[in-house]
Amino acid sequence: MQPFTSLTGLVAPLDRVNVDTDQIIPKQFLKTIKRTGLREGLFYDWRKQKDGSQDPAFFLNQPRFQGATILLTRDNFGCGSSREHAPWALLDQGFRCIIAPSFADIFYNNCFQNGMLPVALKADDVLAMMNDVLTKPGYQLTVDLGSQTVTTPDGTRSYFEIDPFRKDCLYHGLDAIGLTLQYETTIAAYETRRKAEAPWLFTDFR
Amino acid sequence: MAAQTLFEKIWESHVVRAEPDGTTLLYVDRQLVHEVTSPQAFEGLKLSGRRPRRPGATLAVPDHNVPTTDRTVGIADPLSAKQIQTLEENCRDFGITLFGMNDIRQGVVHVIGPEQGFTLPGTTIVCGDSHTSTHGAFGALAFGIGTSEVEHVLATQCLVQKRPKTMEIRVDGALSNLCSAKDVILAIIGKIGTAGGTGYVIEYTGSAIRALSMEGRMTLCNMSIEAGARAGMVAPDEKTIAYIKGRPLAPKGELFEQAVRAWQQLTTDANASYDATVALKAEGIAPQVSWGTSPGMVIGVDGKVPDPHTMADENTRKATEQALAYMGLTANMLITEITIDKVFIGSCTNARIEDLRLAASLAKGKHVAKTVHAMVVPGSGLVKQQAEQEGLDQLFKEAGFEWREAGCSMCLAMNADVLQPGERCASTSNRNFEGRQGAGGRTHLVSPAMAVAAAVEGHFVDIRNWA
Repeated sequence: MQPFTSLTGLVAPLDRVNVDTDQIIPKQFLKTIKRTGLREGLFYDWRKQKDGSQDPAFFLNQPRFQGATILLTRDNFGCGSSREHAPWALLDQGFRCIIAPSFADIFYNNCFQNGMLPVALKADDVLAMMNDVLTKPGYQLTVDLGSQTVTTPDGTRSYFEIDPFRKDCLYHGLDAIGLTLQYETTIAAYETRRKAEAPWLFTDFR
Repeated sequence: MAAQTLFEKIWESHVVRAEPDGTTLLYVDRQLVHEVTSPQAFEGLKLSGRRPRRPGATLAVPDHNVPTTDRTVGIADPLSAKQIQTLEENCRDFGITLFGMNDIRQGVVHVIGPEQGFTLPGTTIVCGDSHTSTHGAFGALAFGIGTSEVEHVLATQCLVQKRPKTMEIRVDGALSNLCSAKDVILAIIGKIGTAGGTGYVIEYTGSAIRALSMEGRMTLCNMSIEAGARAGMVAPDEKTIAYIKGRPLAPKGELFEQAVRAWQQLTTDANASYDATVALKAEGIAPQVSWGTSPGMVIGVDGKVPDPHTMADENTRKATEQALAYMGLTANMLITEITIDKVFIGSCTNARIEDLRLAASLAKGKHVAKTVHAMVVPGSGLVKQQAEQEGLDQLFKEAGFEWREAGCSMCLAMNADVLQPGERCASTSNRNFEGRQGAGGRTHLVSPAMAVAAAVEGHFVDIRNWA
């Protein structure tokens, strides 16, 4: 997994609450058996107008937001389906960091599995940034995982919380499965103990 | 020992190890797998040369992509066919039991787990699917995960987790005539919001919950995720034990008796406390209809479409305006004035035998309106078989409903069952997001009883005064 330490990048705005993963990547793009190439499905229905042409008003279609690496959005981002295709599609588009006042649990968790950092900031801070992104061309933010801060162009710093274990894994790009497998002996001991307590859980079928 | 909630008892019995900061390696008893969220997990195992730790603790089934029409002709969509074929190959390569597309036991993953006795009280159950919360109806800790975690569980039988907070949602009293678990959970989501349960595991308690059948409890727990909670649960009782007994994968004989003794301990202790508590009165819950593009945008059938102009909060007002524009609705119109084009009775929320029995009994002797196309998609091959043995298929067909093969179908429209742009559907499924049932499609979430009445009348009606 690609480590995430610090990122200074162009910010793209998605000024909506409750953006669900069906919007981030609609169902027809879930038929893939790969993790890559999902950018064509990202916000597919919102990118288009009724006649099927690209909607110039949607942020992803605007030249000024091309190359953005940070997505700024509103409350409860990523709600709904557990599809990891949502962070895969955002990553494929170039987003490594999502900033919002709050996230849905499964989406938040899925980001960390893919070297992406979801940052939850105070709603007022996000609102101020949203106004700036919309009015100031080329608006950039610096997201620093080590110090857990987001810095605006005028030097205002906002602190964000992050679970220390998740931070460590993301910062060093650690293989989560490899880490768990280090505890093989502990897992086996748990299974032995549990099997004595609840043997019906170990009558695997086949 | 300190008093514990049901959740705490299950959590603690699954801790493999815990760091001082609370990061926990949690043991997973059971994993369910379907074709959409597993190919990349199996690919990851192959690339790293890892094998499943306990292939026998995993059960796989294709459900999202399967056609609900005649399957002997195969799958028309080559991508859907490839995804299902990939699942078959992966299960063969890794020694995982698969209920294939033409197996009578095939069905929606959250219907077949309980049906087979794979879902048991006190277990931890995961699946690469957010509606895994369904299995909490048995007093299990069950939650959806992403594909990377599907791979993690296959390889290690564990997950790294932080302990969530607990929320009690207590519903006391008696539900009105023909009001159901679906109306209860929609009313709950309407009350606490789609992020109200974020970070929590919900335990549903109270006399109205105790009175629900197992099918009803599954409907309730299923939509916990729509309230933002990854898991919802109901403490097991005599109904739970009676439901499980004799199912193919449930423990048998002395092992069953031993399990029952353990399950009887799975209740929240009298002095235990939750991090949050919400209370509702069952009598106050009207049949619910969603009017917007988020499950929290829901109101009683005797209500009106909300007016954004009366909303003080800017976020809410803007979201409401967007939703009404998408849904093609006008503020202040009566819910019963909304006419529909399609009816979908199915999904992991409402496609079990009890749902179909009630729907068929209401459809009996009536007919679907000329302006409406209605379909019934059973939750599994076995539910379909049972329904046909009881003659429910005949009642549906005589009333003008299509009777289909089992699968996820128009809940998310990954197969050929899709709404056309602008079409309006009364659906017993769980999500009314934009485009969920087809690009431009408009979804109203309702109970099976409300769906039947809407199919017959061509618009929503108050089921309490119908039939």
